Amino acid sequence: MDFKLPFGAWAEAAVQFLMDHAQWLFDAIDLVVGTVADGAQLALTSLPALLFAGLVVLIGLWRNGWRFAMFAALSLLVIAGLGMWEQTIDTLALVLTATTLALALGIPLGIWAARNDRVDAVVRPALDLMQTMPAFVYLIPAAMLFGLGRVPGVIATIIFCMPPAVRLTSLGIRQVPHPLVEAGLAFGCTPRQLLFKVQMPTALPSIMAGINQTIMLSLSMVVIASMIGAGGVGNEVLRGIQRLDIALGFEGGLAVVILAILLDRITQSFGTRNPTGQPARMSWKTVLSRRGIRTAQAVATPTRTERAAETG
Amino acid sequence: MTAKIAVKGVTKIFGRHPRMALDMLKAGHSKEEIFARTGQTIGVHDASLEVESGEIFVVMGLSGSGKSTLVRMLNRLIDPTAGEILIDGQDITKLSRADLIELRRRDLGMVFQSFALMPHLRVWENAAFGLDIAGESLPRRRDKAQAALEAVGLGAYAESWPQELSGGMQQRVGLARALANEPSVLLMDEAFSALDPLIRAEMQDELLRLQADRQRTIVFISHDLDEAIRIGDRLAIMEGGRVVQVGRPDEILKNPANDYVRSFFRNIDVTKVLTAGDIARRDQVTLIRHTGEGPRAAVRQLRERDREFAYVQDGRRRFHGVVSVETLLGAIERGNGSATLDEALLPDIAPVPVDLPMEDVLLRIASSPCPLPVVDAQGTYVGAISKTAYLETLGRTR
Repeated sequence: MDFKLPFGAWAEAAVQFLMDHAQWLFDAIDLVVGTVADGAQLALTSLPALLFAGLVVLIGLWRNGWRFAMFAALSLLVIAGLGMWEQTIDTLALVLTATTLALALGIPLGIWAARNDRVDAVVRPALDLMQTMPAFVYLIPAAMLFGLGRVPGVIATIIFCMPPAVRLTSLGIRQVPHPLVEAGLAFGCTPRQLLFKVQMPTALPSIMAGINQTIMLSLSMVVIASMIGAGGVGNEVLRGIQRLDIALGFEGGLAVVILAILLDRITQSFGTRNPTGQPARMSWKTVLSRRGIRTAQAVATPTRTERAAETG
Repeated sequence: MTAKIAVKGVTKIFGRHPRMALDMLKAGHSKEEIFARTGQTIGVHDASLEVESGEIFVVMGLSGSGKSTLVRMLNRLIDPTAGEILIDGQDITKLSRADLIELRRRDLGMVFQSFALMPHLRVWENAAFGLDIAGESLPRRRDKAQAALEAVGLGAYAESWPQELSGGMQQRVGLARALANEPSVLLMDEAFSALDPLIRAEMQDELLRLQADRQRTIVFISHDLDEAIRIGDRLAIMEGGRVVQVGRPDEILKNPANDYVRSFFRNIDVTKVLTAGDIARRDQVTLIRHTGEGPRAAVRQLRERDREFAYVQDGRRRFHGVVSVETLLGAIERGNGSATLDEALLPDIAPVPVDLPMEDVLLRIASSPCPLPVVDAQGTYVGAISKTAYLETLGRTR
């Protein structure tokens, strides 16, 4: 059969069109993303390694107690011992950059989608597409539009990790109990006051879960993005694959896992408390369901990396 | 008294084509017909009522009768489809967004069935919520919130989290929040329905106490008639989106507008609503003490009317006592023709005041040998309650 749907050709034409006519836009994006990435990189690498490790352990102690602090200290020692310290810091900088930008875009978008059904109707399928499209697919246009290096890596990562931030922000706001919204209005809230004094604070646990998910997804994508030169631990994994070097691949993978655990536990601890300092008083159901999301994610993330390994 | 709130011909239609449904409604089609033809739901249909300044006005009805919709139109959480709502003479359906927000902040407090406290705010911050929204300074918020919490007896819990309090206490916080900016109108949507009966009664008393301290206009939604009668100065009964009757509880009880209202009152404890004056009958034999009416004439009169007891009044119609055929005959026998009515009075007959609730009449009537005489504040005889009449009243409303 000779006939073939030309979707692929269209996508290519679209990217080509953008390259020809909107280069200024990509230059601007390049500049913004590049600056944030450089800033994060600089901030993290300018800290002496010991001081940085000390900070992580202290945060762990503050948020999760001494057991976790000990685990953090030990696991950071393992990373240093593997000779992966610099790569891990690079990866962390990428994760922080991608997450910051994804949240800066995703949370307002989630708020908008929560307040407007039409926006929601457009955003929802777009998010589904962004999440289900194999992650590598983003790498091609990203590399074409931005060249190789950290910026296209971060951009592909932003696209991949933004959906949970949008989704859980929107969901959280939509699930604010109706009486609370009514109470807000009855006492004379303006739409802005309703958002910032009623909806956002009430949706905070859900939004924090979204942030946690975004960080975890960005970590998994940053590893894949090393294929277009994003750098970091992903490079080691990639090299392991290319050389069929099991030892190197395993060590790189271990560093990713350790980073994932540290990031997850620390960001989660913020999700269970809110800014007014109210102690966690979420029902077991909520805790379980969030743990449920996370477990599903933990299962899904290695699968993706495995798939990466197979195709790579 | 002037009407604080006047609802005039207010209709609310839910759905996307309210105009179409409104036209059909005006053409006299029924709620069911309109829903079948257009898919539009009639929430409230042509409701009119007036709430007096300073009264507790209870809107009653089964679920789905439109009472919650009606109260939400008073602060326009729901916008009416047609009609006027006047608060202090101002039609609030025509207010701009900004004016509406101002009105809500200044004049209208609301208490919700589910409490609707903000889980991220401490108790005092919840009480101060309306003040915060209105832009009051922090020290003033603290002071006013504290005062409102003291007023509902929660002064010591300012720093607690709402989730740490019991249901009754949470609703006190809800009440404090609604009172903190001293609104002239308080809207209470089934405010006590989620509380268990003992706490509910306690909260009703609390509300009456607060109302005695400072009069506000309260519109209270309830499906509980006992509650409505306990706290309400006047009631409105709603059925299928219409206001079917408005009036004082005893008026409605005595003259229900239709079977729906009657069935509503069927299970009510009438002994709490009706008073001695409501059930007293004027069909007893009465005698005037000073016209020289002697025992013989009295006995004749009683025999003619086939009665056992006669009620003696003085010249100014004040109640004096009760005589019976037996005591009259006794007096005649003893007095050799010169006996007076006073010698024949039954001992220990105390009249009951007109405003004594029926429930308190019960014990008195049980131990009284004769129908119980009822007097007004001046001591004027207004009638008597027989055991039969009492039982008939109970039977009529069950």
